[in-house]
Amino acid sequence: MKNNTNNEDGVKPSVTVHIDLCKGCGLCIIHCPKDVLQASIQINALGYPTTIVATADCIGCGNCYLVCPEPGAITVVRP
Amino acid sequence: MTKIYEKSPAFFETFERKPSQQLTTHYCPGCGHGTLNKIIADLVAELGIQDQTIYVGPVGCGVFIYYYFEGACASAAHGRASAVATGISRSNPDGIVVSYQGDGDLAAIGTSNAIHAANRGENMIVFFVNNNVYGMTGGQMAPTTLIDQKTTTSPFGRTEKNDGFPLRMAEMMAGLEAPALVARVGVNNPKNIRQAIKVIRNGLEIQRDKKGYVFIEVMSQCPTNWKKEPAEACEWIDDVVCKQYPLGTFKELPADRQPQKRPRAEVDFAAVAKLLGLTADDETGSQEMTLPQPEMRFKFAGFGGQGVLSLGLMVAQMATQRNMEVTWLPSYGPEMRGGVANSSVVIGEDPIGTPVVDVPDVLVALNRPSLDKLGPLVPKEGLIIYNSSLIDQIPADLKGKVYPLAATTLAAEAGTVKAANVVVLGFVARMTGIFELSELEDFLRETFKQPALQEVNLKAVSAGWDVAGEV
Repeated sequence: MKNNTNNEDGVKPSVTVHIDLCKGCGLCIIHCPKDVLQASIQINALGYPTTIVATADCIGCGNCYLVCPEPGAITVVRP
Repeated sequence: MTKIYEKSPAFFETFERKPSQQLTTHYCPGCGHGTLNKIIADLVAELGIQDQTIYVGPVGCGVFIYYYFEGACASAAHGRASAVATGISRSNPDGIVVSYQGDGDLAAIGTSNAIHAANRGENMIVFFVNNNVYGMTGGQMAPTTLIDQKTTTSPFGRTEKNDGFPLRMAEMMAGLEAPALVARVGVNNPKNIRQAIKVIRNGLEIQRDKKGYVFIEVMSQCPTNWKKEPAEACEWIDDVVCKQYPLGTFKELPADRQPQKRPRAEVDFAAVAKLLGLTADDETGSQEMTLPQPEMRFKFAGFGGQGVLSLGLMVAQMATQRNMEVTWLPSYGPEMRGGVANSSVVIGEDPIGTPVVDVPDVLVALNRPSLDKLGPLVPKEGLIIYNSSLIDQIPADLKGKVYPLAATTLAAEAGTVKAANVVVLGFVARMTGIFELSELEDFLRETFKQPALQEVNLKAVSAGWDVAGEV
């Protein structure tokens, strides 16, 4: 499998979770093949325990973006 | 090539639904609606059809799509989205019409609308979000609820003997001749979502090319009403729900068929207006009311049930009988119980530009939330009449002339608290000088035929009238 490497343009795959929009459903966590996303005990302004980006191993597969029901809560860069 | 997955530009940047929650949708955590909304918005942006897309929203959990999708939106009555979408599609042949409906909406109250729209092969795409329950109202049994599934209205599980079999809408639609594409997809895991994106892209392309009716049933998880964790609910779709509702494409017409042109009915609005007698040739001088100013703007506000809508209606009717230009516009929150209801009335000598009253000349506030919210909008020369029976504290930032009126108490003395609005009618009429007491009494005699009611209301109106004389 293609791993966490830069492409020709030097872009690295990455994922960002926008904590304030997260409702803590956890679907992104179970569908992350690299366990990059993990549950956090941090509570956001909406009162939900959120997901955090725990490691830098993102491969940019986009699974988390697809399963996330909240528009704008997850941004993925896929080289 | 770098691909960035981010919030689609087909969504609004902020969702203006609630002041406190402008960035997130109202869907519960893990809800399939949000995922489907994202798929639709991503594809609408990708296909570059945002300017042509017209969304029709349902009643149900999907009701607020007009807060989310940046595009033309219409809200239909319960079950009628396919019918409304038909009208929109016929009158906007260049538009791309998206009807978004749930299973309580499309498979229960709106079945006939949906089937006939499909049978006519209207140019529209229908998203049928099936989560097996009535979601918004708290998880009651729907026609699509599975056998043995427990809901609030089938606490021992659905039985086919009592409730029939779960309705397979996609298979039913596929049996019709007209639809161009009928499919069932899931939004419960990445694999199903990728497949759903393919199918929905195809469906939207069919719309773009005007090639007929598309029906896409979307199996959606409802963690809240299924009483499952989101992840567990998604698995339940694969393990259980899809046994009853198999995913797949059930019907697809060949892609190379011709676009479907529809007859477009032209409405002769002038002829309709003539038929209804709505002509602008009112004789001048036939107006029988003198207003303190050429146009009076009223706002009557209070709790639902205090009669603020009918108070507005009474003023509007009386003015209409005197050949004035009149508008009446009710307003009550669709999503909240209690809270503020109000009616806006405009009476003018000349045709009225807008029925919306942002700056009232006369405000009647029968409860405190109304006074707090609307009181500060009244300008310095305006009148603020508040119900001193229920309001003991008035906001500090009022500019208008403030008059207390113990409407509820006076109404109770006259016979019933329900007549508080009639007390206000008498008070307002005298304060503004728009109606005489005898005119009010004549109107009330016409309105209330029952002698007991008539008596109470006549007492109430003169109580209001007398109090105004003492001011």
